Amino acid sequence: MTWGLVFEQLLNGLQYGVMLFLMAAGLTLVLGIMNMVNLAHGSLYMVGAYLAVALTGWTGNYFAGVALALLGTLLIGMAVEVVALRALYHRDHLDQVLATFGLILFFNELVSMIWGRGAQYASLPGWLQGHIDLFTGSRYPVYRVAILVVGLSTALILWYVVTRTRLGMLVRAGASNRTMVGALGVNIRLLYTVVFGVGAALAGLAGLMAGPIYAVQPGMGELILIQVFVVIVIGGIGSVRGALVGAIIVGVVDTLGRAFLKPLLASVISPPAAEAAGPALASMLIYLLMAVVLAVRPSGLFSSR
Amino acid sequence: MLEVRGLTKRFGALRASDGIDFDVAEGETHAVIGPNGAGKTTFISQLAGNLRPDSGSVRFAGADITALPAPRRARLGLARSFQITSVYPDFSALHNVALAIQAHSGHSFRFWRDARSDPSLLHRAKNVLHEVGLGGRSQVLAANLAHGEQRQLEVAMALATRPRLLLLDEPMAGMGAEESQRMIALLASLKRRHTIILVEHDMDAVFRLADRISVLVYGRVIATDTPEKIRRNEEVRQAYLGSEA
Amino acid sequence: MKPRLVLWGLAIALLVALPPLATALEQTYYIDLVRRMLILSIAAISLNLILGYGGLVSFGHAAYLGVGAYSVGIMAFYGVSSGWLQWPLAVGASALVALAIGAVSIRTSGIYFIMITLAFTQMLYYLGISLAEFGGDDGMRLKAKSQFSGLINLGDPVAFYYLALALMLFSVFLVYRIVNSRFGMVLRAAKSNDARTRAIGFSPYFYRLAAFVLAGAMCGLAGALYANHTNYITPGLMSWQQSGDLMFMVILGGMASTAGPVIGTFALLLIEEALKGWTEYWQVVLGPLLVLSVIFFKRGLAGMFYKPDA
Repeated sequence: MTWGLVFEQLLNGLQYGVMLFLMAAGLTLVLGIMNMVNLAHGSLYMVGAYLAVALTGWTGNYFAGVALALLGTLLIGMAVEVVALRALYHRDHLDQVLATFGLILFFNELVSMIWGRGAQYASLPGWLQGHIDLFTGSRYPVYRVAILVVGLSTALILWYVVTRTRLGMLVRAGASNRTMVGALGVNIRLLYTVVFGVGAALAGLAGLMAGPIYAVQPGMGELILIQVFVVIVIGGIGSVRGALVGAIIVGVVDTLGRAFLKPLLASVISPPAAEAAGPALASMLIYLLMAVVLAVRPSGLFSSR
Repeated sequence: MLEVRGLTKRFGALRASDGIDFDVAEGETHAVIGPNGAGKTTFISQLAGNLRPDSGSVRFAGADITALPAPRRARLGLARSFQITSVYPDFSALHNVALAIQAHSGHSFRFWRDARSDPSLLHRAKNVLHEVGLGGRSQVLAANLAHGEQRQLEVAMALATRPRLLLLDEPMAGMGAEESQRMIALLASLKRRHTIILVEHDMDAVFRLADRISVLVYGRVIATDTPEKIRRNEEVRQAYLGSEA
Repeated sequence: MKPRLVLWGLAIALLVALPPLATALEQTYYIDLVRRMLILSIAAISLNLILGYGGLVSFGHAAYLGVGAYSVGIMAFYGVSSGWLQWPLAVGASALVALAIGAVSIRTSGIYFIMITLAFTQMLYYLGISLAEFGGDDGMRLKAKSQFSGLINLGDPVAFYYLALALMLFSVFLVYRIVNSRFGMVLRAAKSNDARTRAIGFSPYFYRLAAFVLAGAMCGLAGALYANHTNYITPGLMSWQQSGDLMFMVILGGMASTAGPVIGTFALLLIEEALKGWTEYWQVVLGPLLVLSVIFFKRGLAGMFYKPDA
């Protein structure tokens, strides 16, 4: 376990955290402003990944594929909002959970029908395939660096919009008091659609970036979605800042835990026991972290409520 | 019976409660009046245990209850009715009151015996309903009661807990003239037997029922006195009463 | 005689008559099918206690199916196949896990509660996957069915069926008594109006936690039964999909009603059977069906027969 290895895993953790953030930012705003539980958010992630694979193959051009995938996810997201989610805004959370659960089943199966149940291969253009040299001497994939750059830039743009523009002000106000914002004469429906659309686009972005690294298969959205929930619980509903902090924490803890918990344990207890306990504990780490945060701050670290 | 000292609650820069001192003697009916935004609801919430003060203390029957949550205070004998009707809409009036009685008759970790037909609960519930004037409406779902009847139910639930102190938050809110008179008569009948803190806008009720009145303006008590003295108090007239009284 | 009791009587008579009928018609497949419905009904009944009556939107209830099933499976793995030991352990372990998860989760409410219960169940799911010794991702075979000193042979499909039926009816009765007891009234009151419940002197947390533990324990029993039914135990039993299915069984049937969870379980599983026979991609139909049922079908199927319990 060298420092180079630790640094590399730290970067991986940051990269994973950044992707979690893209998902969490949209979802936490939808939760905060529209008070709506949307389990189908993971499906948009999946749609982004599949569209990128399909459209890159179809157009033969990476940028075209990515741009069209983003656009496609945005459009599908808005279609879902109009067709299914609008009817749910005023319903209680249970109904929202169940209805969006139904949507997940639908999307997973639809994707299986079109592309089959196996994993798809997402290719990368040549210029994203190489490695760069880190100061520690090891080599790190260019693509992961690209994800970090894109993710952090998006975080910066979001930060700017949310804290420095009128739209952002409306979003923050809406997150803490929805009815008031409506009473002030703001077009709530338009605000909802914009927020939802942005969330969908972010999820699609995360999905299409995830494709080349993680498996593109039915159900991929739900796996990350539950971790996104952990992020939001830790960060607090309605807070983009909380989503960023929570995402980085979860991403880093999860990645470092998976990489180093087993060897760490092996130095303390017997190797065979560490072999069994290590992976088990590592997979439970972020949930235990969530429990600890909840015990101290039941509304999350940066809750707007 | 109740002793409040230096109660302060801030929401950002707003001082909803600004060093309030307040006393209620046993058997007294003490009214709290003030213009909208004076902080009456914040005050009541802190007394009932729904809101934690930033500083100050609340003593009830000699014990410091400042840090106690609402359920504990209720079990100590502090009952409240809500300004915005808060009953159980999907239960009958009878079961609404029965639940309040159940809260004060032994523990409720009993899993087998049917509580819906428990005579010890229902008998007393019927009596309480009768006392507030809802005797004939016990089987009606609370959601189907008229607004005035729901306000009566609120009082009934507070009474059912055999309280030492009644915290009534605008019991006449939203009532018409006739309903208000009925409620005033009900409250008058309670006067002798209970200690009451009454928050109200209805000046008719306040001046007929109160032994003492405290006037709350911008989070501060500007006067505490008998009704006649309050009526003549210049500061109070300027801040609130105007030429009403 | 009350119409509700008549309907129950009819339903029970039908269920009792099923095995001999199916055997006579040489359609013994239905004994297995309905037995599965009976077992999952128990899980749905337990969820109805906390969800329908308690208002706790627990999206992680399948966890206890898993804990119960794995308790039986792991004990059998190590040679302990006595049901007298396995099943109480399954129930006890589920109760303990429910206590741990509930103690933390019930301090929260609303959206947080939903996400947290989902997260904890997912944690158990990953735990199940990482236990390579017990099959990990693929799960494990049940080494031997639970033995009950010869009193009942779970290897006999019909005997097992009647046991499941008896336990299901017992669960219905148990929950019925609980929700109408003092405890149940407080639980339902807390769902109806939390602030009012505190104002009269109840602290909802303890009642909710107790209900949560009871529901977990009952679901653990269902898990033990399920392990014996499928002879195979996988982490998938604890997946969020399974939790969602359980919730639908409760909702479809009608929340906060005695028969609701049973009706809902039978309805959902029958629909699944029908769709599976029709197309391989049956979930593409089921999904929108569920969405529509939520949007348009507020009170559930039981609401069509009679008013839910007050």
